[in-house]
Amino acid sequence: MKISREDVLRVADLAYLDLGEAELETYRAQIDEILEYIGKLNELDTGKVEPMAQVLADDQTADATLREDLVVPCAVADDVLEHAPDPEPPYFLVPKVIER
Amino acid sequence: MATNLTISAVREGIAAKKMSARELAADYFKRIAARNTELNAFLTLCEKRAYAQADRVDAMVAAGKPLPPLAGVPIAIKDTISTRGLRTTCGSKILDNYIPPYDATAVIRLEAAGAVILGKTNCDEFAMGSSTENSAYGPVKNPVAPDRVPGGSSGGSAAAVAADLAVAALGTDTGGSIRQPGSFCGIPAMMGSYGRVSRYGLIAFASSLDRIGPFAHNVADVAQVLQIIAGRDPNDSTSTTAPVEDYGAGLAKPVKGMKIGIPKEYFGAGMDAGVREKVEAGIALLRKMGCELMDIHLPHTDYAIATYYIIATAEASSNLARYDGVRFGPRVDGDSLIAMYRKTRGAGFGPEVKRRIVLGTYVLSAGYYDAYYLKGQKVRALIAQDFREAFQKVDAIVTPTSPVPAFKLGERVNDPLQMYLADIYTVTGSLAGLPGISVPCGRIGGKLPVGLQVFGPAFGEAKVLRLAHAFEQAGGAAL
Repeated sequence: MKISREDVLRVADLAYLDLGEAELETYRAQIDEILEYIGKLNELDTGKVEPMAQVLADDQTADATLREDLVVPCAVADDVLEHAPDPEPPYFLVPKVIER
Repeated sequence: MATNLTISAVREGIAAKKMSARELAADYFKRIAARNTELNAFLTLCEKRAYAQADRVDAMVAAGKPLPPLAGVPIAIKDTISTRGLRTTCGSKILDNYIPPYDATAVIRLEAAGAVILGKTNCDEFAMGSSTENSAYGPVKNPVAPDRVPGGSSGGSAAAVAADLAVAALGTDTGGSIRQPGSFCGIPAMMGSYGRVSRYGLIAFASSLDRIGPFAHNVADVAQVLQIIAGRDPNDSTSTTAPVEDYGAGLAKPVKGMKIGIPKEYFGAGMDAGVREKVEAGIALLRKMGCELMDIHLPHTDYAIATYYIIATAEASSNLARYDGVRFGPRVDGDSLIAMYRKTRGAGFGPEVKRRIVLGTYVLSAGYYDAYYLKGQKVRALIAQDFREAFQKVDAIVTPTSPVPAFKLGERVNDPLQMYLADIYTVTGSLAGLPGISVPCGRIGGKLPVGLQVFGPAFGEAKVLRLAHAFEQAGGAAL
């Protein structure tokens, strides 16, 4: 077994994700099977291979550059707040974070 | 009204005043009303926006002004692409009521070119799936065979075009999500090179893999739409300044003598016999067209699915951290901030998304990062290198798009690994960042469409389109 029930609970905790009892075991078994399959990567010796985070850095024809850091108008606050779950313009309300 | 209108037919019809853009839009909305209950291809329609745009086009015609390239062309947009003021769900309950405050760059460019956006199409939740059965809003049916899936994740866009509910559509492709549904529904479908089309406004699944690309009735239309959306966008630092070729002009160039690699690894076990027969007929046709075929090797192909499901889920677990119930989407209350996050995410995400968040968080977590995520990135480099070496010798690589034709609804939903393995021929090009198209290559038993996939070298879109167009013109769809 590659992944235990405790592993799934720990990871779900890291991801702030509530899982029900039934889905917990279903996902554990399915992810276990997937990790088992992923294990085939160990057949490859990658000791001298540089990791590839994205493709562009690797390609001489590409020239992905950053734009100039300019201030541009962005008057969307009203639109954004209008559809927020609990807005109190100009804020979003959330449950109390700091006890005092 | 004529069926399967192409972009050029729309433009000529509107310019010659045989039809108005408004009449055309109304006709497409009528077709959608007649078919969508059955197909479930569209999640949200935008009549008001469409008619306002159509009226602008009609005013240009009335004023005798020159028409932009997509004037009046009815287009559908996948629901993972942001549209200002128009509900965008990503097929998820967690964005059930989300109204984006801005348009994706691809959407801005389409509308600036005169396109009429009809609405948003159904997809697997956050583009995670290969059948569109993972949508929180119910599955899409394949218009070619209604007991079967349309493929995924852009199944709604593929079905909309295949059922003639739009002239073209945008989808998004992370591991095959444009090409595979194009193949299942019998229409051409393309992703450009990574960096060719701006991702600004594409709601992120896996940022190093996600791409926006077109579906249409023919390759020339795919080229037209790609032409409009391609090119540098300051709002996406991964969009490149590499010049965009004239794809339309390139289509007419000859393919005789073009060197085409056939990778042995894409014709192994697990391939449906009907798919094999059609793809082999497709390869024979390419030979008849004067292409020079050669066997090549892409030795790390067999490791692509494992690599993809590490990298894609890791990036997804990070990207999907933003769905917390604070700023948009439905919220489930909790007695603390963290409890609210946990409950909102637990209730808002569907099973496939949760599974991938757990897997992605796991492969990134302390103690497992090197064994999984770093290993995946290294094998990704090997896969990209396979292609780089192959493209020293060939102009294009031809493969099947999918090992199987459209499968039956419900057939694979309970077996995620089997569903993942169906992406075996598409994820390679995704990991390597290459352009790829799926073009129709006959129908098994005259019924189920097969797709032929063409990969080109990075930024070799023109070559890919030219070969696909020539294949189509030579009768590839009727094999």
